[in-house]
Amino acid sequence: MIFLITILVVLIMVLSIASPFFLSWKNCRNILNQSAIYLVLSVGMTFVICMGEIDLSVGAIIGFSGMIMGMLCVAGVPSLAAALLGLAVSALIGVVNGALVAYGKISSFIVTLASMTVLRGVILVWTNSKPIYGFSDIFTFLGSGKIGPINVPIVLSLLIAVIGAVILHKTVLGNYCLFCGTSALALNRSGVDVKKLKIVIYAICGLCAGIAGMIVTARLNSAEPLAGQGYEMDAIAAAVLGGTSMQGGKGNVAGTVVACLILNILKNGLVLLSVSSHYQEVLTGVILVIAVLISESNRRKRSEV
Amino acid sequence: MSEAYLKAIELHKDFGHVQALRGVSVAAYEGEVLAIVGDNGAGKSTLIKILSGVLRPDQGKIKVGDQEYTGLTTRGAIEAGVSTVYQDLALGNTMDVTSNLFLGNEHSRFGFLKKKAMNKKAEELLRNLDIRIPDVTIPVGNLSGGQRQGVAVARLVNRGGKVFIFDEPTAAMGLNETNAVLKLIRRLASDGYVVIVISHNMPQVFDISDRICIMRQGRVIGEMKTCETTMDEVVSMITGAKEKQGQAGA
Repeated sequence: MIFLITILVVLIMVLSIASPFFLSWKNCRNILNQSAIYLVLSVGMTFVICMGEIDLSVGAIIGFSGMIMGMLCVAGVPSLAAALLGLAVSALIGVVNGALVAYGKISSFIVTLASMTVLRGVILVWTNSKPIYGFSDIFTFLGSGKIGPINVPIVLSLLIAVIGAVILHKTVLGNYCLFCGTSALALNRSGVDVKKLKIVIYAICGLCAGIAGMIVTARLNSAEPLAGQGYEMDAIAAAVLGGTSMQGGKGNVAGTVVACLILNILKNGLVLLSVSSHYQEVLTGVILVIAVLISESNRRKRSEV
Repeated sequence: MSEAYLKAIELHKDFGHVQALRGVSVAAYEGEVLAIVGDNGAGKSTLIKILSGVLRPDQGKIKVGDQEYTGLTTRGAIEAGVSTVYQDLALGNTMDVTSNLFLGNEHSRFGFLKKKAMNKKAEELLRNLDIRIPDVTIPVGNLSGGQRQGVAVARLVNRGGKVFIFDEPTAAMGLNETNAVLKLIRRLASDGYVVIVISHNMPQVFDISDRICIMRQGRVIGEMKTCETTMDEVVSMITGAKEKQGQAGA
């Protein structure tokens, strides 16, 4: 965690020297606004990875929930009802993922890889590959509105980060989630229903992806069929960079938040410095590997192979 | 001696072509360490699995306290107060001592953990059992084998266990750790718990047990006070070189 904050501070210092615009209020707000979607997505991903599983379908859920909300809005359903229904569908997709992992005992990689392609396929069929657009002001407020000087997505994402942190670190549910990652057997022998737990955690992750989908759709005022494609990888990268172990049983939401900020500040800084955004992807990968190499150095020394 | 707290009565268990138990009766008393010994395939594991609810006997009964059961589930065994300390201990290595101790029995209000209260209770529990762990907030994976066993036992004590079954408690442990575990086992017995130990280690069995129950080919072929027998006698019974008369199952 200290290591992550150091990276963040150094990054901010370097960029504020390199570009006079970097530390302006407008740019800071822009960074937070851009980070919002990733932040929400990564918080959900942190739960699933802490449990020792993975969810590759979150990017597709962004697109799917956006499509559901878009279709309902266009059909004349009140905006908030449409949003809530979209979120409910997202959570339900999570429940199905979780049930297949828990009861089907299929590897979560396979289950969510399948649901990712199924969902994306359904989106393309139902929308005929065309965007759905033209929503009410109430709906677009969720993506581009402001509360005082702060954008709604920033408020939403920070709220979710705080709720996520409280659930993971302060509640019985969070404790079981971490325990499941380190020893599902111990949890089961203690009389905890591990299968139900997996379903609940996947539902949380699905719900987070749904909220990200809502923000994307409302911000663009359009439900794009390919919205969220590849975002699952950014979410996994942020969670892992934030110190969540892919083996499960270890992780924290604060680390994920800082990691998310690092990745998005990097992206923003390179744009300010007029560096091609392709370099940002290269840098993201390099930072990820270096960060994990450093944070796992102790474990590496102990492990035989 | 008073009435046995735990009794296995005429247990039978078949696995298709293998008769794992052919009428096994065992009694265990409060405040006593009972060692169950026998060669591989003698039926020790099957007996333990039946007592801990993992397997259901084909015939026979289990009596715990005043209750009689024709079979237990894992949950039912815990509720009856029969706790098994498995070789793998069922601990979460990345989680702290307190979380491991209270797993499944967390102190909480509206789903929120009462961490401070739990830490305090954990320290108290460990102190009462004379298990030395300096800090209950460190991950269990950082503890020694003996301390880990201590955490597993403390968890079962906290859960209201009355009968403790140890399956090879000191397998793969160092000298100091082994001593700590043996001390803990004696301690449980002197606190009035029923303790059953499965072990292959004869010196250890003679060191800690009050009674020895010898199994061979799915039967109990001998049950005697530890102080009234010798290691040679027990070993010869385990291997089948000698069968003691007057005490046998079926």
